[in-house]
Amino acid sequence: MLELQNVSYEVSEEPDGKKEILKNINLKIEERFVAITGPNGGGKSTLAKVIAGIKKPTSGKIFFDGVDITEMSITERANAGISFAFQQPVRFKGITVKDLIRLSAGANLTTAQACEYLSEVGLCARDYIDREVNASLSGGELKRIEIAMIIARGTKLSIFDEPEAGIDLWSFHNLIRVFENLHEDVKGSILIISHQERILNIADKIVVMAEGQVAQVGSKSEILPELLNKSGSCRFYKGEC
Amino acid sequence: MDEIQMNLLEQVAGLHEVPKGAYNIRSNGQAAGRNTTANIDIVTKQDNPGIDIIIKPGTRNESVHIPVVLSQSGLKDMVYNDFYIGEDSDVTIIAGCGIHNSGEQDSQHDGIHSFYVGKNARVKYVEKHYGEGDGKGSRVMNPTTIVELEEGSYMEMDTVQIKGVDSTKRMTQAKLKADATLVIKEKIMTHGTQRAETNFEVDLDGENSGTHVISRSVAKDNSHQLFLSKVNGNHKCSGHTECDAIIMDHASVSAIPEITANHIDASLIHEAAIGKIAGEQIVKLMTLGLTEAEAEAQIINGFLK
Repeated sequence: MLELQNVSYEVSEEPDGKKEILKNINLKIEERFVAITGPNGGGKSTLAKVIAGIKKPTSGKIFFDGVDITEMSITERANAGISFAFQQPVRFKGITVKDLIRLSAGANLTTAQACEYLSEVGLCARDYIDREVNASLSGGELKRIEIAMIIARGTKLSIFDEPEAGIDLWSFHNLIRVFENLHEDVKGSILIISHQERILNIADKIVVMAEGQVAQVGSKSEILPELLNKSGSCRFYKGEC
Repeated sequence: MDEIQMNLLEQVAGLHEVPKGAYNIRSNGQAAGRNTTANIDIVTKQDNPGIDIIIKPGTRNESVHIPVVLSQSGLKDMVYNDFYIGEDSDVTIIAGCGIHNSGEQDSQHDGIHSFYVGKNARVKYVEKHYGEGDGKGSRVMNPTTIVELEEGSYMEMDTVQIKGVDSTKRMTQAKLKADATLVIKEKIMTHGTQRAETNFEVDLDGENSGTHVISRSVAKDNSHQLFLSKVNGNHKCSGHTECDAIIMDHASVSAIPEITANHIDASLIHEAAIGKIAGEQIVKLMTLGLTEAEAEAQIINGFLK
C-alpha cells in the first residue's frame, strides 16, 4: 500500500544551517491499523504531512500502491486515495459543515446522506449540518467534523493526526468503532498518530518515532509493554495525565 | 423588453417573468411596467424622477420589486424613490440595478432611496448590483439609502455587488428611535481596476436601539475598496460593525471605523480584519482533491455566500 524509502526532511535554521526533522525513514504500511507514537517533536506530524504531500521530502521516495508519488501534488495524492485529518482542523468563514462533507464525498449529497457521516462521529446532524465551520464551533466539534470528512472520503489510506485530542465528551470506544467501520467499508489502511494506549491497543503495527527516526517497529505485544514500562512516559501513555 | 434587458432583470431580481405582487420596472430611464395591490401603492413623483411606494399599515407578507435595468450606453440615470412603510407591517422590498454597457460611453445609475419605517414595522430590503457588457464605457452605480426607523421597527438591508460594476459609492444614513433595530449585510467583490466605496452612518438616538453592520468583501487584481463606518450612540443602545475582507493579487482595502458614544450606556464595538486567504485553508481543501484554483474559488464563494 504505502512505502517510504530513505525519506529525509530538512529545514534551514539560523544560525548553523540545517535541521533534520526526518532522518532516512524506511517504512511499509500494509496493515489495517498502524499507529505512530513517540515523544512530541519526534517528527510524527511531519511524516504525516510528507505522506499527504503538504511537505516535500528533501530526499527519498514515497510509493503508493507501487506508484512513485514523491513528485505528486497534494491534490493528486488526494485523488489517488490518500486522506489526511489535521491535528488542528481549519476554520472557514461562510463554508458550512454540509459544504465540507459534500466536497469530501466528491458528490452532490442529500442532506440525509451528509447527516449520516455526522451521526457516525456522534454529532446530532440536524444541529450542525448548516453551521458555518467558523469560530463558533469548539475545537472538539471541529475535530469530529474533520473525522467525518475522512469517513465521507472513504479512501484507501486515511491518516489521522492525534484524533483523540479534544473529543473528551465522546468516548474512545466510539472513536475506535469509527476506525473499525471505516476499515470495514473501505478495506483500506488507517494510519493514526496517537499517544493514547487505547488507540495503540487496536493497532496491528506500532511505529515509535523519536528524534526524526523510526526507533522501533513491531506488533503491539512487542512494543506496548516496553512503552508503558518506560519510566516517566508510563502515566502519559495510560492516559492518566 | 429585449433579451439583454430580460437577462439583467434575472441577474438583479431573480426574475424570469413578471413578478407577483407590487412592482415597478424601470428600463433605460423609462417606466416599463407597474403593478399595485390593495395594500401597496406606487405613485410617480411629480417634482423629481422616481416613485413613491406607499405601504398601508398592517400589510403583511407582501413584496415589492423595483428593479432598474440599463442597456443603453452613455445613459446617466438618476432616481429618487421614497418608501413609506406603514405601522405594524411586514414586507420585503427587492431593488436592484443591472447595467449592460457594450458602448464607449459611461453608463451610470444613481438612486436615492429613502425609507420611512413606521412603528413596529418590519422590512427586509434586498439590493443587488450587476454589470456586464464588453464596451470600453464604464458601469457606475452610486446608491444612497436614507433610513428613518420609528419606535420598535426593524429593518434588514442585504446588499450584494459581485460582478461587473466599475465604480460604486454607497452612502447609507440611518436614524433609529427607541427599540428600533437595523441590520445591514453587505457583500462586495471587485476585480480589474474597479473601485468600491461604502459609507455607513448610523445614529442610535432612541433607548435600546441597536445596529449590526456586517461587511464581507473580496478585492482582486488591482481593485480598491474603502469601507467607512460611523456609529453614534446617543442613548442606551448597542452597535456592532464588522468589516471582513479578503485581499488578493495587487488589490487594496481600507477600513476606517468611527464609533462615538455620547451616552454612558452606549455599547459600541467595531471589528475589522483584512488579509489574504489563509494558506492552511487552501491546503485543507486540496487534501479533499480540489486543485489550488478550485480551493480558492470555494473559499471565496463561501465567504461571500
